[in-house]
Amino acid sequence: MSTKNIEELEREFQAKIDADIKIEPNDWMPEGYRKTLMRQISQHAHSEIVGMLPEGNWITRAPSLKRKAVLLAKVQDEAGHGLYLYSAAETLGLDREKSIDDLHSGKAKYSSIFNYPTLTWADMGTIGWLVDGAAIMNQVPLCRCSYGPYARAMVRVCKEESFHQRQGFEIVSLLANGTPEQKQMAQDSLNRFWWPALMMFGPNDDNSPNSAQSIKWKIKRSSNDELRQQFIDVTVAQAEMVGLTIPDKDLKWNEARGSYDFGTINWEEFNQVIQGNGPCNKERIDARRNAKENGAWVREAANAFAEKRKKKELTH
Amino acid sequence: MTTQEAFYNYIVRLGDDSLILGQRISEWCGHGPILEEDIALTNIALDLIGQTNNLYELAVSIENKGKNIDQLAFLRLEKEYSNLLLVEQPNVDFGYTIVRQFFFDVYRKLVFESLCNSTDERLAGIAEKSLKETKYHLKHSSEWVIRLGDGTEESHRRVQEAVNTLWKFTDELFYQDEVDQNVIELGLGVDNSIFKATWNTHVEQVLTEATLTIPTNSWQHTGGRKGIHTEHFGYLLSEMQYMQRAYPNMEW
Repeated sequence: MSTKNIEELEREFQAKIDADIKIEPNDWMPEGYRKTLMRQISQHAHSEIVGMLPEGNWITRAPSLKRKAVLLAKVQDEAGHGLYLYSAAETLGLDREKSIDDLHSGKAKYSSIFNYPTLTWADMGTIGWLVDGAAIMNQVPLCRCSYGPYARAMVRVCKEESFHQRQGFEIVSLLANGTPEQKQMAQDSLNRFWWPALMMFGPNDDNSPNSAQSIKWKIKRSSNDELRQQFIDVTVAQAEMVGLTIPDKDLKWNEARGSYDFGTINWEEFNQVIQGNGPCNKERIDARRNAKENGAWVREAANAFAEKRKKKELTH
Repeated sequence: MTTQEAFYNYIVRLGDDSLILGQRISEWCGHGPILEEDIALTNIALDLIGQTNNLYELAVSIENKGKNIDQLAFLRLEKEYSNLLLVEQPNVDFGYTIVRQFFFDVYRKLVFESLCNSTDERLAGIAEKSLKETKYHLKHSSEWVIRLGDGTEESHRRVQEAVNTLWKFTDELFYQDEVDQNVIELGLGVDNSIFKATWNTHVEQVLTEATLTIPTNSWQHTGGRKGIHTEHFGYLLSEMQYMQRAYPNMEW
């Protein structure tokens, strides 16, 4: 293929993007576009799967039958999200098992928030409220992502995430209006998760090298800082509503901007967690790796059985 | 024992089976051998917790002492739980989990089928809904017993070991005492001795297809229905009851 042809193809491709026409699996796409999407979608899938663990940690200790059922349903949703995100990534040629191996070797990343421990029941509320809340901010624009399968997967994911966010906020507000122990539990949880939740939007825009290209390709539709600001503005009001204090002494309403000013994020902590030094990085990956290793004999058995059945059918 | 007491106890037993197995299965969440199984197991746990909810609601309304379902679920002493020993056995591995589920599902399907005709409409309604779920659970567990039994040498060995270990808890599925006799007489509950043979035939069929064998000389253990549990149970309870014990009298 001549250079001119590729240039033409790229021009046509960008024209489609600009006209908001969805890119589908069999359409021509630049390698960079494919790679970016594969990385982003598989990271997203990994985040769903690893994200099952901090909440899974409280299923057996949920304080009521209702909470146990809701938490089970929520974690099950996350497994489902993982499943259809892996499927979306497979449309780009990604191999699910290989991608999971990359997660286990540390090559592939996932959302850094899941490397923080869930220490009290209140964390189930805070995760729903803040973590799913932040995920929604990140993901709603992705429903309009230029890549069809990803955009469609996100529509479904977002519907469920908004239920997750609501149930989280419900837990938090119940605790915040509960006994002194419960209120303290909720405040302590907010103190631990606030800053890591803000880090979920990624580095500041001037430190986010891939963002501009992603925005041009309409993989990404808003910048990290825009989304972070939007999240803070919404969440501060919610915290006030239930009487909890955001752990940021620099947080202040800025009349001129019509937004909250906030303190400096500890990017050193963010980088350390991304590099594997968060409080639970090792535990999370070990848990996933153990699940895969301990389940190897089950998968082998299923394959062997399927083979036997196939042979039987052929001989009959 | 009054009819009311017997019926209450009968429902609590059904509910305890669902709760304790649901609790066990939920330990798998996030750790399944494959993502699809993680989803399936979580789904089964969710069904079982839902059944618990319905059965305990019925139990507290029969008892009529103003108790709520969470007090039943989380605030009894070990001796006051009357679940089958089978359902409190640890997960060990996927093979044990599936065999435990399979033995239980075959039994539960028969129980709910009969309970659809209970003279208590509320119980019949719960049975009808639960039967649908149980049929799905049974399909799932049977398929896996066959796959694992007739899969590889390793899976065959593991799942046969699970059958051998768990077999001793299967007679208790057909345990009866004055609670059962009371509810059977009034058509409220089922006479589970009637379907012991059906249970055996069904289990044998699936195990045979799975190239597995039933152990011949196994002493049978009972006690769960009377509140005498295995050592595993205390740990399950201390985990499950942790919040309600550490923070009594609070809403969650």
